[in-house]
Amino acid sequence: MSAAQLSPLEPKETLHVVHPRHLSGYEASPASIRLAAIEQSFESRKGPRLVALNDINLDIRAGEFLCIVGPSGCGKSSLLSLIAGLAFPSRGEVRVNGQIVTGPGTDRILIFQEHGLFPWLTVGGNVEFGMKMMGIGRRERKERVEKYLQLVHLSGFRDSYIHQLSGGMRQRVAIARALATQPSVLLMDEPFAALDAQTRDMLHDELERIWRETGCTIVFVTHNVRESVRLGTRVLLMTYRPGTIRSEFEIDLPRPRHIEDARVAKLSGGILEELRAEINKAVAAEYGHAQNF
Amino acid sequence: MHRIFKNLLFYGSLLAAWALIAHARIWPPYLLPAPLDVWQSLRDGFADHSFWIAIGISMRRVVIGYAISVVLGMALGFGIASSKFLEETVGPLLTSLQSLPSICWLPLAMLWFGLSEKSIYFVVITGSVLSITISMESGRHAIPRIYSMAGRNLGAYGWKLFVYVLLPASLPHLVSGLKQGWAFAWRALVSGEMIVAGLGLGQLLMMGRDNSDMSMVLAVMLLIVLIGWAVDGLLFRSLERWFERRWGLGATA
Repeated sequence: MSAAQLSPLEPKETLHVVHPRHLSGYEASPASIRLAAIEQSFESRKGPRLVALNDINLDIRAGEFLCIVGPSGCGKSSLLSLIAGLAFPSRGEVRVNGQIVTGPGTDRILIFQEHGLFPWLTVGGNVEFGMKMMGIGRRERKERVEKYLQLVHLSGFRDSYIHQLSGGMRQRVAIARALATQPSVLLMDEPFAALDAQTRDMLHDELERIWRETGCTIVFVTHNVRESVRLGTRVLLMTYRPGTIRSEFEIDLPRPRHIEDARVAKLSGGILEELRAEINKAVAAEYGHAQNF
Repeated sequence: MHRIFKNLLFYGSLLAAWALIAHARIWPPYLLPAPLDVWQSLRDGFADHSFWIAIGISMRRVVIGYAISVVLGMALGFGIASSKFLEETVGPLLTSLQSLPSICWLPLAMLWFGLSEKSIYFVVITGSVLSITISMESGRHAIPRIYSMAGRNLGAYGWKLFVYVLLPASLPHLVSGLKQGWAFAWRALVSGEMIVAGLGLGQLLMMGRDNSDMSMVLAVMLLIVLIGWAVDGLLFRSLERWFERRWGLGATA
């Protein structure tokens, strides 16, 4: 194949719509998170205490996009709840910008897998909710609702009810609702796990863009290694119960990335191999015998 | 259209059968009046305003009593659901009390409050508060945990969490209890009015009995059925439809 037959490669960036920075409406004051000697255990009715998280020491840099992967039952979600202040560690402490977390706060917004939107409110009402709780005035709330719905491409759906939206649209409303409080940390718990691949790819692009525009710190939990490499600046692999940090991977691939990119696939391969070992452990623990994938 | 036709046919034949039996004079008219006699009683009752007054008084009583029940029942149900202790002690007590017909409270109410409106309110409230309490309690339990987590995460604490998250989240489950509570309140009201003097539809029934005016008794019974049915059909059906529209189909199922 001669060089003449190749169509000139365009720089990848031009394929993406360039969004003006002011669209995101705010630049997060980036927050760093520090988890020190975290242990999280639960009383179980019979048998010994269940240790969900053990000896977690983790520094999350301000503005970082940290992805956490691990087998189910490794305590990934518990970790997010701890940072969100919706749960408290049995031992150790969580600090955000140096301050010990003592409860939930609108500077750290959690986005759930099952979106957690309120069906009694319209799309606009949902996006407005956090601002209303914060005591932000009506006019500013209205402006921000418009702005963030525009950011997730749902401007025309302000007065729709939640059950009228598709799964991908709901998750975008959840993102808009989270951003509307202008948090410095976004905590995402397998937010795209229930979506089809096409919608997910699109939301990856949107999330990456929102992250770049707002500069907020994102902690993103997923069981999908490809997704973590596609999105993260760093990927953390957790062990099966009790959840500890097994290894971490700096991802310095150029952006925007694509989930099918060969480099993404290659990096994912290495992480996946380690993850398989943990999944086997999980299977062995839950079914009583090891199984190979 | 088909359904309307069926019902026309059904009620038409019912009326015709009634008219025929009444006309056959198997029983004297003071025991079984003809449909036209009942119609006449209805017209007379409305013409001399006695029905209007009775309806007005009964409606006022049931609305006030029911409103108190709703507030009380929601608070009770929510309180019980929030405490494991109350749930295991008061919960079963309420369920067993529900088997007590509300009119059984009347002797007690009459000793406490005398033959007054208060006794009627008491019976209306005891009649309806339990079904609202119980449905609120189960509604509170049916709230997915994710709603309160999301609410707290977005800055809703204490009363704000209650008013803006927990209360609206439990509403679809509450509708059936509100509906049942209304039906019980209406029944309790009429029974109470029959025994405690002081106007109202129940009292009209007793007046009809005292005057051996069977067509008036039937006319008032008809009114009681119609009002109960209309409130249920207009108010609660539209409430259910509203929930279906907002929450999506099957929300109140």
